[in-house]
Amino acid sequence: MTLEFFQAYWWLIVSVLGGVLVFLLFVQGGQSMLLNAGSDLRRDLIVNSMGQKWELTFTTLVVFGGAMFASFPLFYSTSFGGAYWLWICILFSFIVQAVSYEFRRKKGNVYGTRTYDIFLFINGCVGCILLGVAVSMFFFGGSFTVSRGSLLDGAAPVVSHWDNPSHGFEAIFNWKNLILGVAVLFLARMQACLYMMNNIVDDPSFFSTLKAKALVNGGIFVVFFLWFLAMLLTATGYTVISDSFRSTVVEEEPFKYFHNYCTIWQAAIMLLLGVALVLMGWGRSVFSKKYTKGIWWTGTGTFFVVVSLFCVAGFNNTPFYPSLTDPSSSLTIVNASSSEFTLKVMSIVSILVPFVLGYIAYVWYSMDKKKLSPEALEKSDHKY
Amino acid sequence: MNDLTTVVDWSRWQFALTAIYHWLFVPLTLGLSVLVAIMESLYLKTKSEKWLLATKFWMRLFGINFAIGVATGIILEFEFGTNWSNYSWFVGDIFGAPLAIEGILAFFMESTFVAVMFFGWNKVSPRFHLAATWLTAIGASISALWILVANAWMQYPVGMEFDPEQMRNVMDNFWDLFSGIAVNKFFHAVFSGWALAGVFVIGVSCWFLWKKRNQEFALLSIKSAAWFGLAGLLLTMYTGDGSAVEVTKHQPMKLAAMEGLYHGQEGQGFTAVAILNPDKDWDNDENEYIFEIAIPKMLSILGRHDANAFIPGITDIIEGRDIINGDTVNTISYAERIERGKLAQAALRNYDAAMEKGDTSAMQAAKDELAKNFQFFGYGYFDNVKEAIPPVGVTFWTFRIMCFLGGYFLLFFVVVLFLVYRTHLMEKATWIQWIAMLSVPLMWVCSEAGWAVAEVGRQPWTVQDLLPTKAAISDIPASSVIVTFWLFAVVFTVLLIAEVSIMCRQISKESQKNLSTSKA
Repeated sequence: MTLEFFQAYWWLIVSVLGGVLVFLLFVQGGQSMLLNAGSDLRRDLIVNSMGQKWELTFTTLVVFGGAMFASFPLFYSTSFGGAYWLWICILFSFIVQAVSYEFRRKKGNVYGTRTYDIFLFINGCVGCILLGVAVSMFFFGGSFTVSRGSLLDGAAPVVSHWDNPSHGFEAIFNWKNLILGVAVLFLARMQACLYMMNNIVDDPSFFSTLKAKALVNGGIFVVFFLWFLAMLLTATGYTVISDSFRSTVVEEEPFKYFHNYCTIWQAAIMLLLGVALVLMGWGRSVFSKKYTKGIWWTGTGTFFVVVSLFCVAGFNNTPFYPSLTDPSSSLTIVNASSSEFTLKVMSIVSILVPFVLGYIAYVWYSMDKKKLSPEALEKSDHKY
Repeated sequence: MNDLTTVVDWSRWQFALTAIYHWLFVPLTLGLSVLVAIMESLYLKTKSEKWLLATKFWMRLFGINFAIGVATGIILEFEFGTNWSNYSWFVGDIFGAPLAIEGILAFFMESTFVAVMFFGWNKVSPRFHLAATWLTAIGASISALWILVANAWMQYPVGMEFDPEQMRNVMDNFWDLFSGIAVNKFFHAVFSGWALAGVFVIGVSCWFLWKKRNQEFALLSIKSAAWFGLAGLLLTMYTGDGSAVEVTKHQPMKLAAMEGLYHGQEGQGFTAVAILNPDKDWDNDENEYIFEIAIPKMLSILGRHDANAFIPGITDIIEGRDIINGDTVNTISYAERIERGKLAQAALRNYDAAMEKGDTSAMQAAKDELAKNFQFFGYGYFDNVKEAIPPVGVTFWTFRIMCFLGGYFLLFFVVVLFLVYRTHLMEKATWIQWIAMLSVPLMWVCSEAGWAVAEVGRQPWTVQDLLPTKAAISDIPASSVIVTFWLFAVVFTVLLIAEVSIMCRQISKESQKNLSTSKA
């Protein structure tokens, strides 16, 4: 197996982690509904339904970051060190999330339950939107330059330079990035509704409310997602002419991502299948009377769509992190990757991933067999 | 002030702040998770309700602590990118792998099974629940393994070679990452977590005894925690000895700073009590200490397991002096290291230029020159040998705080064990109850001091001899780092206040219940 194989393999692993992460963002979607939950009981139901899964989302984000660091360290150093404020805002929102579940109803929490609910709300909204912004930069780029020779400049020895003095704020307030961010937020909210329709029982009026919210949030998601898709398929991107660890030459290509979908037909099928599954899960959930399994269809669909987006972002001679100021500094899975040895070592470890997914699925099934209800919540000796 | 210096300093402060806060919570997670798993195992074996109630009580405190540890942990990982982006590029090929493996093998295990631990009592079988508790504890320790392997690698970079074409280091042997430093560091950190959890449980239980509430539960907890903590402390000391040997071998400058030692000798004594002379520098004739009581030959015994071995001081190391088998030998002085570091960097520059021109013979010549001097690559960033000396005062004092408190806690565990097995002695002796309660914060001081020794003592390096902190930073304005430093300082402090407050209220609330039997 060659270096090229391992580079593609790890981009695929990162894509899979991205797909799982976006699915699991339903936790953030649920949190974004806390402040207008309607009653304390409903708020507690939302928190305790999401609260059993928040760590999985959090962990997937951390592993996504770790996998990026290990497999594409130049991306890690360029994006994190450059778009500083984008990542700091994401991190800040996840810090306040991590404690809020455990602290919100505990006696002596100093700041009151409402404060922790606001923290969860902030993470729900900001986390989703900014993660969408970060992923959107895979297509619409950032302002950076990579110059390995800077390592030898004692006065300014940094290899990756961010050329925009806003250091990430400009990416946050770029309307193209925000469109995907808003789409992710409403996808997460829609999926949160579907998850709770499946996970919470014995509260028919809440079920109806969730169904109505799923309809509205799903509708907004579809509009923003189609908008993003239209922009993506008509966007001018870069095509890599020659590529190595040392130097990269790219040229502009109109309709680059549309061409990528035409060339990578597997990605196109995943996109279409994913969209169909999301629409089916959403449609059946909001239009049938008692259907509760929609989350599994939309979740699977989301996973496929995200993986397909990552595929067209990184494969077919496409820089996955285009530089707007110096196109030859654009990051590709070739010039940004770790060495063959490192990728090989991690690939051996990645054989364990199916085992990890297996026990997560088993635990998920075991824990969700008994559904959450107002009565069960009341009796629980560990509740959020 | 120079902007580069300001960014470096504030980035260091920010990382130190995050690490200090993170380490407030992690050792308790490492220790308490194992202790809780032992208690739950005893419950399943004996079916005695007292073990179930003890398990649930300590598990609740574990839960409060766990969440905030997770919160501070995510920042540490991402700060390698946000604040140390050059580092991430220069050694990401080696350093990133343990972090990714940590995520795949440990984080998922912890986060999956911790949910079963908290919510699964009535949802899964007792055996499954016990397995989940153990897997959470094991996941936490595996997580520590990988991050400490990564940390140890920064202090003793092995298993890699420098690729001049890419201008970065690449891994060439994965197993080399499990060096003696890594193994000792892992066990030292994990076992210190056991000791810390032991002191914490004893301290809280003594508050129960002092309040005369749930005395049976408190004594049961004290017995378990004292044995557990004592075992943890003895193993911490054993691995600490291993760490000292490794530091002597691979980071002699750190050892010299830990001792405030400038001129070493054969059969070097260990400075037990001393006041450092603030005027002492590596190149003046001032005395090292204003006042000193030393244990003869002890540093040689600790560092080299040989009472007559030579331990070099800071000046010896800078001047390149060592004594082997009684003969004074010249090692490479720091002035020469700086010179050779600059030669290595010049060779890399030449390699780069030759590669641009496609001149293969010049490339080979530059590569050979680079290989000859690469081990001192990082020194090329210095202009003065003084830049390569770690802060002696902080390293010296934190080392002493760690050692003396470590000794104190050995005595503490022995005394508690003695008293707790004497009928009614522990319940009556309020002095030991107070000592136990006051010892809880001291244990954190001890633990944090240990990390300060490890991290301050290795300055100015992010990667020993290869990359100083000033070349490891991100290209961000100092103002941004200053803002985020204060942002994190406020947020972490606010959350810490809440955590401590919740812990205290939870302990107080639970103490009102009957923790010996749920039937009463």
